Amino acid sequence: MKIKRRDFLKGAAGCGVLAAVGQPTFAEAKKKERLPGALGFLYDSTLCIGCQACMVGCKKANDMPVESSDLLPIWENPRDLSAKTLNVIKKYENGTGEEKDHETDGFAYVKRQCMHCVDPGCVSACPVSAMRKNPDNGVVTYNKDACIGCRYCQVACPFNIPKFQWDSAFPEIVKCQLCSHLLPKGEIAACCSSCPTGASLFGPTNELMAEAKRRQQMEPGKYYNFPVSSIDSGKTFSQKASRYVPQIYGENEVGGTQVLLLSGVPFDKLGLPELREKSYASTAESIQHTLYKGMIAPIVVLAGLFYFVNRSQNDKD
Amino acid sequence: MRCRESDFEKIPGSVSRRDFLKVCTATAVYMGLPASFGPKIAEAATAAKKRPPVIWLSAQECTGCVETLLRTTHPTLEHLILDLISLDYSETLNTGAGHQAEEYREKSIEENKGKFILVCDGSIPVKDGGIYCKIAGKPVLEILKETAPKAAAVVAIGSCASWGGVPSAEPNPTGATPVYKILEGTGIPVINIPGCPPNGYNFLSTVLYYVTFSKLPELDDKLRPKFAYGRLIHENCERRPHFDAGRFAEQFGDEGHLQGYCLYKLGCKGPETYNNCSTLRFNDMGTWPVNTGHPCFGCSEEGVGFNIPLHTPAVVKNVTPSAVQTPITVDHGGGMSSGAVALAAGVAGAAIGAGVVAMKKVGQEEKKQD
Repeated sequence: MKIKRRDFLKGAAGCGVLAAVGQPTFAEAKKKERLPGALGFLYDSTLCIGCQACMVGCKKANDMPVESSDLLPIWENPRDLSAKTLNVIKKYENGTGEEKDHETDGFAYVKRQCMHCVDPGCVSACPVSAMRKNPDNGVVTYNKDACIGCRYCQVACPFNIPKFQWDSAFPEIVKCQLCSHLLPKGEIAACCSSCPTGASLFGPTNELMAEAKRRQQMEPGKYYNFPVSSIDSGKTFSQKASRYVPQIYGENEVGGTQVLLLSGVPFDKLGLPELREKSYASTAESIQHTLYKGMIAPIVVLAGLFYFVNRSQNDKD
Repeated sequence: MRCRESDFEKIPGSVSRRDFLKVCTATAVYMGLPASFGPKIAEAATAAKKRPPVIWLSAQECTGCVETLLRTTHPTLEHLILDLISLDYSETLNTGAGHQAEEYREKSIEENKGKFILVCDGSIPVKDGGIYCKIAGKPVLEILKETAPKAAAVVAIGSCASWGGVPSAEPNPTGATPVYKILEGTGIPVINIPGCPPNGYNFLSTVLYYVTFSKLPELDDKLRPKFAYGRLIHENCERRPHFDAGRFAEQFGDEGHLQGYCLYKLGCKGPETYNNCSTLRFNDMGTWPVNTGHPCFGCSEEGVGFNIPLHTPAVVKNVTPSAVQTPITVDHGGGMSSGAVALAAGVAGAAIGAGVVAMKKVGQEEKKQD
């Protein structure tokens, strides 16, 4: 079969028209808002003392094995999040590393785990709905029985959170599920209940957002009351307020997350990526949903293909 | 000069030579010196014709520092002041009183000019000319300024003398000032032994170090002897494993508290207080606040004790964060292991070999067909 130059150009022009017609209909998918009952926690790096009690609490609550790495041959020191570690405290260090929460010649801690996005990439990418966002509290959960092991969620996550059990014969995806098994019992996430300083504070995300905004208004060096464990625990500690960077990480990142972070050191230094405000899931979904809207575009393309095949067939005759 | 048994028989209350050497060896150990330094200390304490004279000045204080010294048992106080040092003046322990005591103080100062050790407990009020603390009608500020230049060294014992302590807490009505600030710029060596009260052995070890080596022990930036104040209480605390494992007492008398868990949540200031309480303990019976179940108060640390509320959680001081903690960025996948490389190379080699053989065979087949 030979395609004439003329026919080829005609075809190309036709595709161009199709694309141009399609473009305006790439309507922005409606921005997903935080669920009214969204649960999460607020991690305040300036209150964190790096004791790693949350890591121990997490392992206990989720029945995870301890993990030793080659950083130092000791009992529990994961290198990063892994299939055995859902929650890790990382340290930022610069220069002499003497002043806490200082960008230069200082150090700071950051807690890494699932951010429980408002519009999660992993849920959008999962072809079998093994990753789900709870319709009530917005916690992103994983169903190992539905999972087919494609690991799209790993690629889709902007925070590099889901981990895969590479060393297992029946591997699962492993990620923080905000202690979903404890919530119905009236308990809170283990990392928050084990945190001695209130650096990890459990609660409804909208209340935590208000608390984060309150903290950013505080005068550094003055004493304020900081709630411990959960925002409604009634327990508070009087602590000196630190100087915060004027950003609540998770407020707008990729459409917002249910886990919020405050810090005295810029977030990009703590390994938290600078992300756009729109979720990647919404972009991917709006393209896909537009392409397949009412099956119009696929039918047009199919019709076009029929036309060309038919014509080339006629040419031969 | 070596000490002989006969030296000790002369002493009223008779101490055996054996007991005396035990004390000196124990002192050496407190300071982190080898036990073999014990005899040296004993020699120094007995060699001088006169025992090292000590003048003890008390300013705005509660006598707690003297009390803690009274409770040391190796050596006992009488042993200390009769055998090891010559305590020439101390308002609490003087046998004489009034003009008699004051006269003796002046006499001792003149006689031992440049040789005696001046110990000061309590902060010095400076407001309104220092009228808030007077001894024999004289502000202690003046007494200190007169006495210190004649002393070989000044030991500020207790938090009040070291950094201000209780009297300096807000609003500091008497202008309570630490001793080293009063003597700033005079070049007189000052050693701080903070604590409320400090451990008697920290004081004793410092004095005997000076007597033995005629120099001050190594001091840190806050003029504290490093052998005693070189480490955070938190570093050697017996409850530290509970801290590391995230086991905390939530409130006094709860299950965690009864189990002896970490007291951080109750406001323990161990993580920001430099002292050796957790290793040396108090009262010769291995006790200290944290093992009785009370959080450390941070009494010896400037800006912590009497300044930060009792149950406010401490700022955990780190010289630098732990090396064990995960860094922000970690390199993943550090290449293949040598075994895997060997296996892969073997498989690749076999495949190439098989390929070559197959090609040859195909070639031969084609030739045959031709």
